[in-house]
Amino acid sequence: MSETTPRPPRDWAPWLVLPAVLLVTLPLMSFSTWITLTVAGAAMGMMLFLMASGLTLVFGLMDVLNFAHGAFVTVGAYIAVSVLGRLTGWAGSDSVLLNLAALGIAVLSGAIATGGVGWFVERTIIRRVYGSHLQQILITMGGLIVTAQIVIALWGAQPLLVPKPAMLRGSLLLGASAIESYRLVAVALGLLLYAAVHTVLNRTRIGLLVRAGVENREMVEAMGFRIHRLFIGVFVAGAALAGIGGVMWGVYQEIVTATIGDEMTVLIFIVVIIGGLGSITGCFQAAILVGLTANYVGYLTPKLALGSNIALMVIILLWRPRGLFPVAKQ
Amino acid sequence: MPEPLLDLAGVHTHIGRYHILHGVDLAVPEGGVTMLLGRNGAGKTTTLRTIMGLWRASAGRIRFDGADITAAATPDIARRGIAYVPEAMGIFTGLTVRENMLLAATTGRFDVARLDAVFALFPVLKVKWHDAAGGLSGGQKQMLAISRAIVEERRLLIIDEPTKGLAPAVIAHLIDGLAALKETRTTILLVEQNFHMARSLGDTVAVMDDGRVVHTGAMAALAADEALQSRLLGLSLAAHQ
Repeated sequence: MSETTPRPPRDWAPWLVLPAVLLVTLPLMSFSTWITLTVAGAAMGMMLFLMASGLTLVFGLMDVLNFAHGAFVTVGAYIAVSVLGRLTGWAGSDSVLLNLAALGIAVLSGAIATGGVGWFVERTIIRRVYGSHLQQILITMGGLIVTAQIVIALWGAQPLLVPKPAMLRGSLLLGASAIESYRLVAVALGLLLYAAVHTVLNRTRIGLLVRAGVENREMVEAMGFRIHRLFIGVFVAGAALAGIGGVMWGVYQEIVTATIGDEMTVLIFIVVIIGGLGSITGCFQAAILVGLTANYVGYLTPKLALGSNIALMVIILLWRPRGLFPVAKQ
Repeated sequence: MPEPLLDLAGVHTHIGRYHILHGVDLAVPEGGVTMLLGRNGAGKTTTLRTIMGLWRASAGRIRFDGADITAAATPDIARRGIAYVPEAMGIFTGLTVRENMLLAATTGRFDVARLDAVFALFPVLKVKWHDAAGGLSGGQKQMLAISRAIVEERRLLIIDEPTKGLAPAVIAHLIDGLAALKETRTTILLVEQNFHMARSLGDTVAVMDDGRVVHTGAMAALAADEALQSRLLGLSLAAHQ
């Protein structure tokens, strides 16, 4: 009996990518600039993680190519406009607590609204195209366009300003580095939600089922679990997370348009592909990597900034064709 | 004669435009091991998958414990007490051995006495309890797949070619484990090409060819009749070892 089967060596290489990027860029700029850019990149990464985390699970677990995922980001951003527009007293107050409460209500509202939209979309559209990638691409691309038109019908075609909470506009000085308060809030919220998603996936029975379902849906069903109910739950949770990402991104940009989600779709897919399908940890690390790359390259060689994340994806895929931490077998 | 635990009557299955099962009749008596034999492509795996609802029967009837499960959803079939070990084993390689077993425990908790019995059958799983299942050897994965199926009491175990691709020493250990399981009067429907396993475990046998059951009877009778083996399987069972 082969009880002494050697354990395969743990693959540490993907874990070294993020520290390597941090270390390689440090000598290329002053320390204070590096700190500022790193926090900015991490904040952008956290917001990207929120937007992309649902997509990677939906992709991995349900094998659904949802090109309409950006629509949840758009809805979330517009919910931020509406909620913060009604809470101008709290958002404009000098009290950090009231500012955070206003932002918290916007985040919660965005999550509930997009979760509801996600449930409706899964029940009416997605469930009809399970198993057909071509139909999924066509119908979800159409969904993205329709959503943009609905948003224009409800909120108008003009770009709308988002009232960023007053005390989150300023910067904190950390030595010689200026760090925008809002970015710290984004980093904190991103870490909190990553920890929550990670805990649910790794410490609960539902999480166990999701992880198993990502690997082998059929076997989960053969063990007596109705995987479609799990699909709906994951889709709704993914939509809610994207909505939260949309709220945070909208407030960060301070202006929203009906195409804000479309504009993020390419970056969201880059994060999902770099991270590896179905992996929350991969998505988290890839999102930070993309955020950091955008900020570092934007500072060091602005002309390359636009293509930097595409180049990053190409490099990662040449090295790891299935992404950094692939889980799903599709 | 008691009613069989599982009964297939005239079952047809189409996969896409291919007609795979052409009226399968199969009875699995309670408390014994039924071997399902046949050449490659005879329809054995399709029969098991059709029983589990993973492929739909296009005609015919499947009854389990007196209830019609022909059109039932796979999770409902499993919840009636049928555990399925597919040919590819269906191990979740990203989960630990413990997590794989925990998923199979419908209450989300282990019955400690039952778990000890599983460890007695396959002690290696206790050693590897917190290791990723993806790191197990082929034989260990098969033991995990079977252990997962028996971590709770089941009415019926459906196992598809458990010895495929395994080393002889591992197969011998697996046979010992299944023999111990047979002692508990667990009903097993087993697809297997390994003659030694078929002869030592099987009580009854059904032989399939071209999507139909062409022979049923006692395993011992088939094992003793080389001419019948040659006619049904194309060569003697001994050559399958």
